[in-house]
Amino acid sequence: MSSTDLDDGPLYATAQKVYPQSVTGFYRRLKWIVLVVTLGIYYFLPFVRWDRGSNLPNQAVLVDLTNRRFYFFPIEIWPQEVYYFTGLLVIAAMVLFLMNAIAGRIWCGYLCPQTVWTDLYLAVERLVEGDRRERIKLDERVWDLDKIFRKIAKHFIWLGIAWWTGGAWVLYFADAPTLVRELATFEAPMAAYVWIGILTFTTYALAGWMREQVCTYMCPWPRIQAALTDDEAYNVTYRYDRGEPRMSLKGAKRARDAGVPAGDCVDCNQCVAVCPTGIDIRHGAQLECIQCSLCMDACDTVMTKIGRPTGLIAFDTDNNIKARIAGTPEKPFHPIRARTLVYFALITIVGGAMVFQLATRSTAGINLIHDRTPLFVLHSDGSVHNAFTVRLFNKRPDTRPFALTVDGPPGAQIEVVNVSATSDWRPVVTVDADATREVRVLVTVPKASLKEKSVPITIKASDLFAGEVVIAKDHFFGPG
Amino acid sequence: MAGQNEDRDHITGTATTGHEWDGIKELNTPLPRWWLNIFYATIIWAFGYWVVYPSWPLISSHLPGVTGYSSRAEVAVELDALKAKRTAAAADLGKVELAAIKADPKLLSLALAQGKAAFGDNCAPCHGLGGAGSKGYPNLNDDDWLWGGTLQDIHTTLQHGIRSTNDDKTRISAMPAFGKDGILKKEEVRLVANYVRTLSGLSTETGFDKAKGEKLFAENCAACHGDKGAGNKELGAPNLTDAIWLYGSSIDEIVETVTNSRAGLMPAWGARLDPITVKSLAIYVHSLGGGK
Repeated sequence: MSSTDLDDGPLYATAQKVYPQSVTGFYRRLKWIVLVVTLGIYYFLPFVRWDRGSNLPNQAVLVDLTNRRFYFFPIEIWPQEVYYFTGLLVIAAMVLFLMNAIAGRIWCGYLCPQTVWTDLYLAVERLVEGDRRERIKLDERVWDLDKIFRKIAKHFIWLGIAWWTGGAWVLYFADAPTLVRELATFEAPMAAYVWIGILTFTTYALAGWMREQVCTYMCPWPRIQAALTDDEAYNVTYRYDRGEPRMSLKGAKRARDAGVPAGDCVDCNQCVAVCPTGIDIRHGAQLECIQCSLCMDACDTVMTKIGRPTGLIAFDTDNNIKARIAGTPEKPFHPIRARTLVYFALITIVGGAMVFQLATRSTAGINLIHDRTPLFVLHSDGSVHNAFTVRLFNKRPDTRPFALTVDGPPGAQIEVVNVSATSDWRPVVTVDADATREVRVLVTVPKASLKEKSVPITIKASDLFAGEVVIAKDHFFGPG
Repeated sequence: MAGQNEDRDHITGTATTGHEWDGIKELNTPLPRWWLNIFYATIIWAFGYWVVYPSWPLISSHLPGVTGYSSRAEVAVELDALKAKRTAAAADLGKVELAAIKADPKLLSLALAQGKAAFGDNCAPCHGLGGAGSKGYPNLNDDDWLWGGTLQDIHTTLQHGIRSTNDDKTRISAMPAFGKDGILKKEEVRLVANYVRTLSGLSTETGFDKAKGEKLFAENCAACHGDKGAGNKELGAPNLTDAIWLYGSSIDEIVETVTNSRAGLMPAWGARLDPITVKSLAIYVHSLGGGK
């Protein structure tokens, strides 16, 4: 715990500011690549175009709240299909669990927006105020012009990034190029500015000020993760079997010469200095550790310099360390085990079901509601009609005509109120592109066919062009 | 907490609160100070709320807040905005003919929506929510119309009502109370009633003399209901040959009708509703399924 010295009394701890030192190495490079790729996707995705024809927006990813549509490349989701997001959430959770079962908190260390934006903010801080030592000194210094200038410059750049983050967010909800122009000329809707303001504030506060406090105190994942993990998951681990007893480089040399056991850890504190959450990995697995692996980079650099093997801090398990100390064989890394297979199977099943559903879903639809008052209507010639409210769905980008037919008692006729178009005597309802249309439909059955109080009927809508057919089943009621 | 009473858990090295239950000690893992500060900030925020919004109850009223906000006033503003929006859209309904509204999908859907709402408010008490009607209150879904089922007929009926006492142009007709007023004797009423049932193919009572019944019908009823009993929409005289009976088709019900007469009453809605609403209602009723 970084905050065990309780200056403020026993109940509340003053946050200790963390000054992470810059570091180079394999994992640092990996993190930079992930940062560039993920932020690149976030900031520029709204500008990617995707042609859907003249009737629909051509933005690849668009949440169209006004028209209640969600577009994702070739996929278009209607409000009644939001259950796809349930599938996405299940997959997201399972991917998180799978990552955790294989190599711990990869999500936290590399992919979480909190980590990515904090990394970016730290890079800015380093650029303006210098590395760890300079920053500590700067904070301790009196407020001279240089300090004021540096602080202002840092917060200015931070706010700029935060503003851009908010700006990119709203672009997902409207045509991006248009909205950019409107924003620049102050013609955009108020909601756009409000949301940019909110996102600017949260980004600036979370990545600039809160940082590791978010992970330690606000995020539920560390707690859930601790309950989900097992002995076989690889974690960023200080190999105390190799590192202890710690001693200076010279001391270790002397000890080794004398045949006394000596640890490789030279207690240089580099792993602590680079840690973005301000912990000491040598205390073992901790809730605060986001497994960014930067301590591994730092330690490897030192080990290389002093001519000792790298990997004193590495992805490993406690069980392996214990096995090495006891001289028993280590367990080989088992990425394929019962739990990873279950996670993988769930991801495959849910993902497969979603893909299948998306690929085979109909581009038309029909819903009908039977009139309740009256349930049926007697005509002067003794025939009976039932009225239905029918809603036809056209999920294609073109206008489509649907011919309505009815399967039911002999002689059943179908008629659409206020619609006169027909094709082969069938009433034809034309539905606009990417829209629905509600019509009132009357099904009339001649007196001779009225035998029972309730007979099943099927109303069929056939696309006159594409031939797609959708059906709805209901009952026809009569006096019996 | 570097006091002399400090007690540390020897496994984690964390200070304890000093509380102990059955040998289990409570570790003291302090919350960050900023968490507490956020709590204080929410309290200060609450004071702001009291100033800006209605808050504390007083004896007969409450603190209104500097903005004077109330959700009721907010609804009123929204309703006014909606009304203004509707007025603009509905103005077009007032300008064009009924048939033109039917032909324009946009106007039609507007009229249907307005008509449906107005029907629920004004017509449903008698005709039922879906216009299903009941004994004495016509079903508006069927094809049988006492006073005509074209758009224009329906509109006229709505506008002026039926036997309305406060509209000069109201639809009016009166069936004599043949039995009550002594025009027909009791057995003659029964004869006519039986004959009326034959018009739509219903059974008659045993011993019914059809020729007598037919003669009585021709003398007393045919003037309004027609020689063959097909009715007359000009007079609101029902068609007696069809399957639809507003007051019932049993022999007793028909006897009652002929004895006492029937005269339904409908208000003249032109005097109660604005012209656009009446128009919308006509379109809606016409679209229920029986419109001609």
